[in-house]
Amino acid sequence: MFANRMFNTVVPVISVLLGLIAGAIIMLGFGYNPIKGYAALLDGAFGNAYFFGETIRQVTPYILTGLAVAFAFRAGLFNIGAEGQVIVGWLAAVWVGTTIEAPMIIHLPIALIVAALAGGLWGFVPGLLKAKLGVHEVIITIMMNYIALYLSNHLIRNVLTDKQDTTDRVAESASLASNWLMELTSYSRLHWGILVALVAAAFMWFLLEKTTTGFELRSVGYNRHASEYAGMKVGKNIILAMVISGGFAGLAGAMEGLGTFGYMPTHAAFTNIGFDGIAVALLGGNAALGTVIAAFLFGILKIGALNMPTGAGVPGELVEIVIALIIFFVASSYIIRWVLLRFKKEGN
Amino acid sequence: MDNYVVEMLNIRKEFPGIVANNNINLQVKKGEIHALLGENGAGKSTLMNVLFGLYQPEKGEIRIKGEKANITDPNIANDLGIGMVHQHFMLVETFTVTQNIILGSEPKRFGMIDIKKAEKDVQELSDRYGLSVDPKAKIQNISVGMQQRVEILKTLYRGAEVLILDEPTAVLTPQEIKELIGIMKSLIKEGISIILITHKLKEIMEVCDRCTVIRKGEGIGTVEVSETNPNELASLMVGREISFTTEKKPAQPKDNILSIEDLRIKDSRGVEMVKGLNLEVKAGEIVGIAGVDGNGQSELIEAITGLSKTESGKISLNEKEITNMSPRKVTEAGISHIPQDRHKFGLVLDFPIGENMVLQTYYQKPYSKNGILSFKRIYDHANKLIEEYDVRTPSEYTKARALSGGNQQKAIIAREVDRSPDLIIAAQPTRGLDVGAIEFIHKKLIEERDKGRGVLLISFELDEIMNISDRIAVMFDGNIVANVKPEETNEQELGLLMAGSRKEKVGEQ
Repeated sequence: MFANRMFNTVVPVISVLLGLIAGAIIMLGFGYNPIKGYAALLDGAFGNAYFFGETIRQVTPYILTGLAVAFAFRAGLFNIGAEGQVIVGWLAAVWVGTTIEAPMIIHLPIALIVAALAGGLWGFVPGLLKAKLGVHEVIITIMMNYIALYLSNHLIRNVLTDKQDTTDRVAESASLASNWLMELTSYSRLHWGILVALVAAAFMWFLLEKTTTGFELRSVGYNRHASEYAGMKVGKNIILAMVISGGFAGLAGAMEGLGTFGYMPTHAAFTNIGFDGIAVALLGGNAALGTVIAAFLFGILKIGALNMPTGAGVPGELVEIVIALIIFFVASSYIIRWVLLRFKKEGN
Repeated sequence: MDNYVVEMLNIRKEFPGIVANNNINLQVKKGEIHALLGENGAGKSTLMNVLFGLYQPEKGEIRIKGEKANITDPNIANDLGIGMVHQHFMLVETFTVTQNIILGSEPKRFGMIDIKKAEKDVQELSDRYGLSVDPKAKIQNISVGMQQRVEILKTLYRGAEVLILDEPTAVLTPQEIKELIGIMKSLIKEGISIILITHKLKEIMEVCDRCTVIRKGEGIGTVEVSETNPNELASLMVGREISFTTEKKPAQPKDNILSIEDLRIKDSRGVEMVKGLNLEVKAGEIVGIAGVDGNGQSELIEAITGLSKTESGKISLNEKEITNMSPRKVTEAGISHIPQDRHKFGLVLDFPIGENMVLQTYYQKPYSKNGILSFKRIYDHANKLIEEYDVRTPSEYTKARALSGGNQQKAIIAREVDRSPDLIIAAQPTRGLDVGAIEFIHKKLIEERDKGRGVLLISFELDEIMNISDRIAVMFDGNIVANVKPEETNEQELGLLMAGSRKEKVGEQ
């Protein structure tokens, strides 16, 4: 079992290293200095308090959407709809944040819960259709993404505001922003949301690994038939998994709405936070702790990369390619796994 | 001098930590059916994979038609005329029979696949060996037996002269087995040699000319089938005496445990599969349901265990009605179920064996409290069962997937019997297992009967039904057509009843 665990840790690390090496080769090919490039990346992520704060801020929603995808995956479901769930969560959080007046101790939790519920509702629909009618969740969640995007734009323009493109700012009492954190990080947009994300990760680990509910979800994820024979309600578990998954993604939306931005703009296109969650979950091996670590890596790459054009003269497009390569190697970890197994056999 | 087509001499194959084959000799004559007999894990498949070029032996020599051969990959084996039909078929479901057969060696005309010629060739081959396969049928639409014949055709199409069949009857119905035996006989008439990997002694006695026995990786020897008997073969295979007729005292049936009245079930297509069935199982008896697959047995089990809904009728356990209860309620009411397909229905293969042992009880005390699992208690319990039921596993944390079929089944039986149910439903409980494991499982079922439990056994193997049932209910076309006692009947009569012929004098109930 230990060897297995080692193996599961080694594979993602090698994937990331290979991605970095491939990125370095690309930079070399285009005449840029990869060492300078990566130094700029690291500097951009950790170089000063501001960058550091921005990195942590970026990590926060990644953890939550990563958890969303990972959680569904553990129950045997592929939630491509984290993107839409982020959007509805964001909208719901801002709605509560802008319309209700209450002390913080009530207002903030309500805003977070409503965001999670909205995301959960967006997960419930595909869950229900899958459980009752056997409709594939991937198709429905993709559709739900579009519904979320255009519905939220409509609601922002016509209901929350009068033909405006952004909502009002949420009330202080519903805001995750903190002056103390901002001052500490040279006025980055760092907010308390990182704590929410870490608590969510702990919640997922506990629920899956320690409770009877988690036992059922994992069992259904591995073998639906045997679970049914053992007396578990497969449909109920599918719906529950999608609702909790959507809830995590909804919280990710609340991080943006109550923390980073403090309002919600209309979106011309998807935010990509949800889609990036798929890669985060994959890299994290669909486990809670792995997802947190993977989210940090993604946050570092995203924020650090912003410094590469100015710090090392590497154009932004190239930075995107380097990040894509790393994701590519992570996604193709199957090949690395295969090579390692091969190697292990020969070694014996 | 004997005319050997295949000779494997002093073959040794090692894997890290184990010697899978040691000093094994196998000599196959032209035009014979040669059995390769051994328990699960004895090294039969390893030996055949060596012959087929999938493994390289550490020591030993392979000769094909007297010539030394160095088979380093399956393509070389193919060129030498060796073909293998695996237990799990390697067919593309959405392709036609012909497309599957020519896959990898397509006849071409102007760079295009000449499907007309291929279909003609396949038809000719099929006719020549009496395989009656439709070259244009899609794999997904034909029966398992037919798929197997497609696999055989695939090897013949590539010019195979030696055919390796890996446990070919494991997936077949009795009728299909008969057909396969006929096909094997017509193949050897055409000069093809067959190596039959099996652990079913009856089949060896019926079709094979000679038999090579392997035990724990060692070659035990080769015997002429005409000069031996099943008992000798079994003791050669296992290394000790095996009793075929399981010892048991006469049953002491008591009160009714399970009563089914006028049960009707429709399948998902709306076809009535069980048509007004009545059945009783008493405490302390084993009732065996004999019948050809597809006569409503699966539907009956699913209805009793709550997995599917009934149309009408009544099922009661200990006088309490359980019709259309959920599987969990049925389990809690006191029914255990050893399902037909252990991989699909019996186990979560990626769960540790310890967690599989609480698959129905995880939500109860002491395995969990207020929804929080107690892994210590779960694994303590698993340890106890592993010891009690002799489940061979490296540890209770090992994934169920890593265990052999026999040990997986033992784990399921441990779980189901340990719940102290009133009724045990055992569907094909020994399917694909070797004699040692079969003996163990039969003993356990009889032990439970003697403790006063009711056992409902569903099996397509008449031997098993005859051996351990106290009463046999023959199922045909959705109904119980006869109730007979095993000591008052024989296989011929049962076979006829299973095929739907009426019995005048119905045995007493």
